[in-house]
Amino acid sequence: MADQEQVLERVIIKFAGDSGDGMQLTGTQFTNTAALLGNDLSTFPDFPAEIRAPQGTIPGVSGYQLHFGSVNIFTPGDSCDVLVVMNAAALKANLRNIHKGGTIIANTDGFDPKNLRLANYPDGVNPLQDGSLENFRVITMDVTKMTRAALTESGLGVKEIDRAKNMFVLGFLYWMYNRDMSHTEHFLREKFSKKPEILEANLKVLKAGYNFGDTSETIGVRYKVLPAPMPPGTYRNIMGNQATAIGLIAASQKSGLGLFLGSYPITPASDILHELSRHKNFGVATYQAEDEIAAICAVIGAAFGGKLAVTTSSGPGIALKGEAMGLGIMLELPMVIINVQRGGPSTGLPTKTEQSDLFQAMYGRNGEAPLPVIAAKSPADCFEAAYEACRIAVEFMTPVVFLSDGYIANGSEPWRFPQSADLKDFKGNFITESNNAEKYLPYKRDEKLSRPWAIPGTKGLEHRIGGLEKQHETGNISYDPENHEFMVHLRAAKVAKVAEYIPLQTIDNGSDKGKLLVLGWGSTYGAIKAAVKDARAKGYDVSHAQLRHLNPFPKNLGEILYNFDQVLIPEMNMGQLNSIIRDKFMIPSIGLNKVKGLPFSTSEIVEKIESLLSGK
Amino acid sequence: MSAVTQETESPKYTSKDLVTDQEVRWCPGCGDYSILKQVQTVIPELGIPREDIVFISGIGCSSRFPYYMETYGMHSIHGRATAIVSGLKSVRPELSVWVVTGDGDALSIGGNHFIHLLRRNFNVNVLLFNNEIYGLTKGQYSPTSEEGKITKSTPMGSVDHPFNPIALALGADGTFAARSMDRDPVHLKEMLRRSNSHKGTSFLEIYQNCNVFNDGAFEIFTEKSSKKEETIFVEHGKPLVFGHNMEKGIKLDGFKPVIVDVAGGEASTNDLWIHDEHDRVKAGILARFFDRHEAGKPHFPRPFGVFYSEERGCYEEGLNAQIEQAKSKKSADLNALLKGRETWVIG
Repeated sequence: MADQEQVLERVIIKFAGDSGDGMQLTGTQFTNTAALLGNDLSTFPDFPAEIRAPQGTIPGVSGYQLHFGSVNIFTPGDSCDVLVVMNAAALKANLRNIHKGGTIIANTDGFDPKNLRLANYPDGVNPLQDGSLENFRVITMDVTKMTRAALTESGLGVKEIDRAKNMFVLGFLYWMYNRDMSHTEHFLREKFSKKPEILEANLKVLKAGYNFGDTSETIGVRYKVLPAPMPPGTYRNIMGNQATAIGLIAASQKSGLGLFLGSYPITPASDILHELSRHKNFGVATYQAEDEIAAICAVIGAAFGGKLAVTTSSGPGIALKGEAMGLGIMLELPMVIINVQRGGPSTGLPTKTEQSDLFQAMYGRNGEAPLPVIAAKSPADCFEAAYEACRIAVEFMTPVVFLSDGYIANGSEPWRFPQSADLKDFKGNFITESNNAEKYLPYKRDEKLSRPWAIPGTKGLEHRIGGLEKQHETGNISYDPENHEFMVHLRAAKVAKVAEYIPLQTIDNGSDKGKLLVLGWGSTYGAIKAAVKDARAKGYDVSHAQLRHLNPFPKNLGEILYNFDQVLIPEMNMGQLNSIIRDKFMIPSIGLNKVKGLPFSTSEIVEKIESLLSGK
Repeated sequence: MSAVTQETESPKYTSKDLVTDQEVRWCPGCGDYSILKQVQTVIPELGIPREDIVFISGIGCSSRFPYYMETYGMHSIHGRATAIVSGLKSVRPELSVWVVTGDGDALSIGGNHFIHLLRRNFNVNVLLFNNEIYGLTKGQYSPTSEEGKITKSTPMGSVDHPFNPIALALGADGTFAARSMDRDPVHLKEMLRRSNSHKGTSFLEIYQNCNVFNDGAFEIFTEKSSKKEETIFVEHGKPLVFGHNMEKGIKLDGFKPVIVDVAGGEASTNDLWIHDEHDRVKAGILARFFDRHEAGKPHFPRPFGVFYSEERGCYEEGLNAQIEQAKSKKSADLNALLKGRETWVIG
């Protein structure tokens, strides 16, 4: 048949259904196929905090958004071109995320009276039939019925048959976007290698969905999205938490330090624990502690024992770790504290994203307790940021906070991964002979102001360390007022010294001076990148810089900031970096703040740039 | 992991080599002095190189201890020593690790870590100095203070019911529970040796007199005039006897212990309860010999010695065995990890 074929530059699809409908799997499969076909992409899963909220209800809706294209993609996208909804609740929850003229693909079986009632539609109202969706192109299909029809002779029960529904949708979309299904077929063969009848069923339904597109003439047009112009190289797809875990293992391998993870499960950080637990062949020891405090204390013990010690958590857990982080600072032992931020305060929004723990990272301890803070800007960047956090911790004998967030932790993107040989080695300040003619001086410092790492088992260097204020160099307890002030300054100077060993701040896009600098940190990178690109295309004099190092800042940051008339700081909080920048550089920087548990859309930032530069 | 050099012959050092240059700052007369001395006496006998020994403490009077031991040491934060050693022992199983803690540190603020350490059975030694009071914060009641205790924070008497540390350790599935006292150096040294030789978490409760805030708390157990009547020293395979002339014994009537007069012929030695360290149920009964002395009323003597010991795998063994197993099955190929399962080439 002569389908029309239309080439698209980029497409945003959101798969939404009940949390039992397999939307995350459908989304990931479509994503991996897009990646293998050379598209650039960015994804954002959006799932409920409840494991299984009541079926058919709005709290039970699970979504997966994918933005892919033949151009460079920086964010999962603002509003969807295509919204796939498996039931009425999924439509209701996501209708505001699709733009006018977009396509809604709806499973009619999910719009029966029961599902409509569960989604809180008034009696007798069905959005698929009442004309309320006239601004969209609506494609309806009874996925359930067709899935069952395809599997009548499979011998499987209705429950098992219905679980293959998502494959029908996936097959249909593969047809619609001209995608090769072999990746998913291969995936299914591996996943169900021990359940041949389930495998057959899934393959059959996947094909049925594809064939339905081909034969039904539901839509006359097929779309094509060509490969994106990416830098040459070998790529893989990666999620943020996975990249973090791999970054930690790489740091362990390249430094020769065994990796110890002490952690307590918490959303959205637990996947780092899960990932690391799978890689014991790299000598990784994972320890699921009894609580957050025990997790970081075990890390302190492992660091004392000479290992690369890491704890992973999210805001509420970090709050519990505060005292032990202070101990880490006093002991001057290397450790990495990872905060995959989520909406707060308190339990807040466990599955939603936010950047509101920057102050906590910077100031959340008693006493004068500075430590280096670094942030990852994208899913793949979690690798480098985690690696860098380990390097700083070990070279400077200090706890380091690494900030990620729910958005990049669960999001994914193509990653031009490095080779082991590309990664720079670093090593611990181990000492085996006394650094002093008389007694070993555990707090005698090197040019980085870093102290030596004498681990138990080293003959002749027996010494005691502790949380009480200590005398310079000897480490003996000291209550001397002059010494205390000296040590407070010394510990601060050590952290400040890190600035001499990190890269200078660069401008990501635009010139190094001008009317407006958009300064971001962490996961706002993609949205700012896309927004500044748009605004520059429209002729605005705007540049973009993204901070990885939040404490200390790169040495040249002030110089960069002073070169712009205005500085705009978009953050998913009430203006925490903005406060720090104002405090440190005394400039009237402007905040753009969003605290909805959701990432910025590109348009929100473009609008702000336009309003600042058009003098409004 | 950086390997610790194993000495082929027993390391030679004396108790004097375990004394640090730090001035000991406990109050004069504190029971901690005696405990420090016994530890410094016993350690050189154990055949462990000094550099392989680590003392870790939390906060409290007892927690100053590591500063006075010329070994590796850490004075950490309140209640967390047990959590810190869990990490240290996970990655350095070959070290000899000792926790020094108190009744507030281990049982109040650190209660959670304490029970989890016992259940995981890390091969460490926990010395709990129990003085039934908060000393460092100057005299509030502790989780082992008796009901009705008048302290600065309980002027009308404490309404808290105290923990029984041995029963708590047994309840947490600890594999070794023992009790000793600061004023019986011979027994304390023996219990330290036993703690060290037990593989797994060795929990040793040490009655320790705080002569400033809770003087005499354990007087009836430690003073010559009453010690023999009020204490019973249990030993594996030996009958439970006590009294000035060891004339009294304890017999089990079903699960109920009863005091019998052996000398008076009420029972023969053969009828008495023979202590079996490996019997968890009996250890539980023994741990409950805890009634307070009430004048004129018969009551059980307080037991000292090893209540219970059992062999059970240690957490660090399981953890490291899994790592070794994983290593033997799959090489540590970083490039393969970076690459993942599916890749595509551009350019």
